[in-house]
Amino acid sequence: MSEDIKLIVNGKRIDGRAFDELRNIRIEAGVLKNADGSCYLEMGRNKIMAAVYGPRKVQPRHLADPVKAIVRYRYNMAPFSVEERKRPGPDRRSVEISKVSREALESIIMTELFPRSSIDIFVEVLQADAGSRTACLNAASVALVDAGIPMRGIITSVAVAKVDGHIVLDPVKEEDNFGEADIPFAFFIRNGKIESIALLQMDGKLTKNELIEAVKLAKKGVMEIYKLQREAIMKKYIVEDVE
Amino acid sequence: MNIITDVRKDYILSKIRDGERVDGRAFDEFRKIEIETGVIEKAEGSALVKLGNTQVIVGVKMQVGEPFPDSPDKGIIITNAELVPLASPIFEPGPPDENSIELARVVDRGIRESEAIDLSKLCIEEGKKVWIIFIDIHALDDDGNLLDASAIAAISALLNTRVPAERFGVGEDFPLPVRNLPVAVTSMIIEDKILVDPSKDEKSVSNSFITITTDVDDNIVSIQKSGSYLLKEEKFYEVLDISIEKAREIRELLKEV
Repeated sequence: MSEDIKLIVNGKRIDGRAFDELRNIRIEAGVLKNADGSCYLEMGRNKIMAAVYGPRKVQPRHLADPVKAIVRYRYNMAPFSVEERKRPGPDRRSVEISKVSREALESIIMTELFPRSSIDIFVEVLQADAGSRTACLNAASVALVDAGIPMRGIITSVAVAKVDGHIVLDPVKEEDNFGEADIPFAFFIRNGKIESIALLQMDGKLTKNELIEAVKLAKKGVMEIYKLQREAIMKKYIVEDVE
Repeated sequence: MNIITDVRKDYILSKIRDGERVDGRAFDEFRKIEIETGVIEKAEGSALVKLGNTQVIVGVKMQVGEPFPDSPDKGIIITNAELVPLASPIFEPGPPDENSIELARVVDRGIRESEAIDLSKLCIEEGKKVWIIFIDIHALDDDGNLLDASAIAAISALLNTRVPAERFGVGEDFPLPVRNLPVAVTSMIIEDKILVDPSKDEKSVSNSFITITTDVDDNIVSIQKSGSYLLKEEKFYEVLDISIEKAREIRELLKEV
């Protein structure tokens, strides 16, 4: 859009990061009393709260599936989470994000173990600063583990952007707004190894080779985030062990 | 709510395993595409697209309105899709559900990100008046892959659009400045096989889709993985190549519009 904003200066990004550097990430598991599993996560200036309820009885009952659990995912932005107040409630963007995020998690949750049940995942964006859908998925994954939901592995998510001709990891708002492309990824990780792609969207303009480079960079990023997700889960349960 | 019997599903699946499709197509073959433009006189632009038995109509209406504060000198695109109950036994009346929202947003992204419309030429008075383009996708018959049909119909309707400047008292009518031809290609992935342009029959056996939209220079302008499944990295690159190639073929049809 506005070409006069310089997003890369002397090989560094607008916030001083290298091209392949993530923002600071803080993850804490089990932070809510009511939910069966929960997680608070910060990714740069994104502040995310995730909660998991279930497996529980499906409400309304007619939605129940006799052979497996249904998974529901609600991505919701708080009105105060962005510069200009967001009207409360779902808009078209949140509906789409909720759909693709749910699909990513559905593919690894062992829903067949809980017929006629629902697994409800609620994520609230308390503050947004680009990449909120990826931050939400990372938080939701940890909350699912915290809730003890059986899964084939874990979902870890990060976005990659093209900014001033460079492929960069985990873009901030300015890079997202004025960059040339944005590609949110989520990978399925099992036994510490990336297995496959669970979520993939893209908008902007990229060549095939740039896209391949983006996948590579995203894979590097998610391995770092995966370690932090593990640590957050370990931390909660190890503390309880010692006491 | 699936109306296709298990026997039929088994048949479709066994065919695919044998490297065949129920309608006799090759895996990388689209159904026949027919484009007819200017079908709605009251609209500024319109197109009816048939993709096999899938039918969709897109109408473009334009209005003068206020620009967004962050792009005061640019026109606005608004894309909407209605999956009306006339088009399928599983569509229900009511506000748009996640499928119609996703459909509209993926079509929108292809047009927007390929910069198919020169929005800077749609500014009437900077900061005050710009053209708003409403792209309305209206499904008529869903026999699978409404998305690609809608994307073809949308760009065809835009190519057929005249800006109604006289009616709004802002100068003479002119053709909408269209400068790119985005093409969406949806593939279904099933047991390591890639089937482009899945029909409704085929969709009953798999819920794994990916839509890749490319522009005239083979740039990728939009990707949407859809459905709960895990996509292997190598498969993704394979789909990418197929989509680029198929889009080139479809783009030839669009050049005749």
